[in-house]
Amino acid sequence: MAKSDVKVLGAWPSPFVMRARIALKIKSVEYEYLEENLGSKSELLLKSNPVHKKIPVLIHNDKPVCESLIIVEYVDEAWSSSGPSIIPSDPYDRAVARFWAAYVDEKLFPALKSIGSGDGAEAKKAAIEQLIEGLVLLEDAFVKCSKGKPFFGGSQIGFLDIAFGCYLGWVRVTEKMNEVKLLDEVKTPGLFKWAERFCADAAVKDVMPETDKLAEFAKVLAKLRASGKWN
Amino acid sequence: MAEEVKLLKTWSSPFGLRAFWILKLKGVQFDFIDEDLSNKSPLLLQSNPVYKKVPVLIHNGKPISESLVILEYVDETWKQNPLLPEDPYERARARFWAKFGDDKVLASIWNAFIKQGKEQEEAIGLAIETLKFLEEELKGKRFFGGEKIGLPDLALGWLANLIGVFEEVIGVKLIEKERFPLLSAWMQEFAEAPVIKESWPPHEKLVTKFRAMREPYVAAAAQPK
Repeated sequence: MAKSDVKVLGAWPSPFVMRARIALKIKSVEYEYLEENLGSKSELLLKSNPVHKKIPVLIHNDKPVCESLIIVEYVDEAWSSSGPSIIPSDPYDRAVARFWAAYVDEKLFPALKSIGSGDGAEAKKAAIEQLIEGLVLLEDAFVKCSKGKPFFGGSQIGFLDIAFGCYLGWVRVTEKMNEVKLLDEVKTPGLFKWAERFCADAAVKDVMPETDKLAEFAKVLAKLRASGKWN
Repeated sequence: MAEEVKLLKTWSSPFGLRAFWILKLKGVQFDFIDEDLSNKSPLLLQSNPVYKKVPVLIHNGKPISESLVILEYVDETWKQNPLLPEDPYERARARFWAKFGDDKVLASIWNAFIKQGKEQEEAIGLAIETLKFLEEELKGKRFFGGEKIGLPDLALGWLANLIGVFEEVIGVKLIEKERFPLLSAWMQEFAEAPVIKESWPPHEKLVTKFRAMREPYVAAAAQPK
């Protein structure tokens, strides 16, 4: 299959784009990566995702797939005979993985974003507490899902590892820029070690942005938001 | 082993109704409990400690929460009458529209329902823009799932009766037949489909409930600023 049969429209700081790229790496799929300039979206992006106009978009044989977790499941199914399975095989384990993936998107990520949003000390403290509470829940989920193995998915990275792990770059940036410890060796020892293993994994390390580069980007983004030039 | 399937829902929740539909459509034997959300049962609190919400499906003692997660679990566990197609691309599309329904359609319609005055006009405008995507998606199709009811139909099914309830309470038509011929036809066909048609909560009771839910928003908007 030619590389150009598979394209990913993305942006390097986006945790959602990372999800798509990790999945493709796990399945050893070659693809063309197109970096979008989000200030000026490409014709291809607007045509491929007319509903949301957002990245990531996976284009496979000219057919677009949108929404990061939907892309991960698609990659798992479309290349099911290549590489390990991403989604758990047991329906109940799948339901658990999907539940926590939805939790991470609906609860954790908004809390993470509001830590750095500059709404005042009280709001920041509340957001930090909310995030840490969420991480404690995920610690428990990790113990249950991993069953003593290195990842939520077992001996290899799986669906929930990808869904949650893609945020680690932003967790580290938030810790650094706000001088706060979020992933704590004492409170969440399992997750703390899992985070190191995840970031070092072959399927992840080439697509995980460097913390310093991401921190610089976060500063630029904060300035743009403050000046009203970015929504 | 005897299969034990229990569904925790409420009489009115559209999310609980989805889970009810898929179990019925698959012919699964199950019990259900209509919770009183002002007095949640110990079973609910224990089965969904993270959100404490309905619906929860309990299969042989193991709880599953979040309605779209429940739909996929049921589809994978009871293989008869599949609600998702076989082809990966079509499956991705089905999931996309189910998610769009919850993330965008529901939110925009709810806003149109609770907002007042100029804000409501804008919210209605936004809801109509969102609904246009659904109208477009139905071109050449009887259901979102194609020839028969699929996952996105169950996810969007609440439109078929709740839109009428909302329209009655706010006195504004949101889905006009002239503007949304395909969506209107789909709503009717879905509402009258076997299994679905026997399940709708009583209309008047829904109107009373949602009118009461809207009251605080009306009162707040009437406050002098």
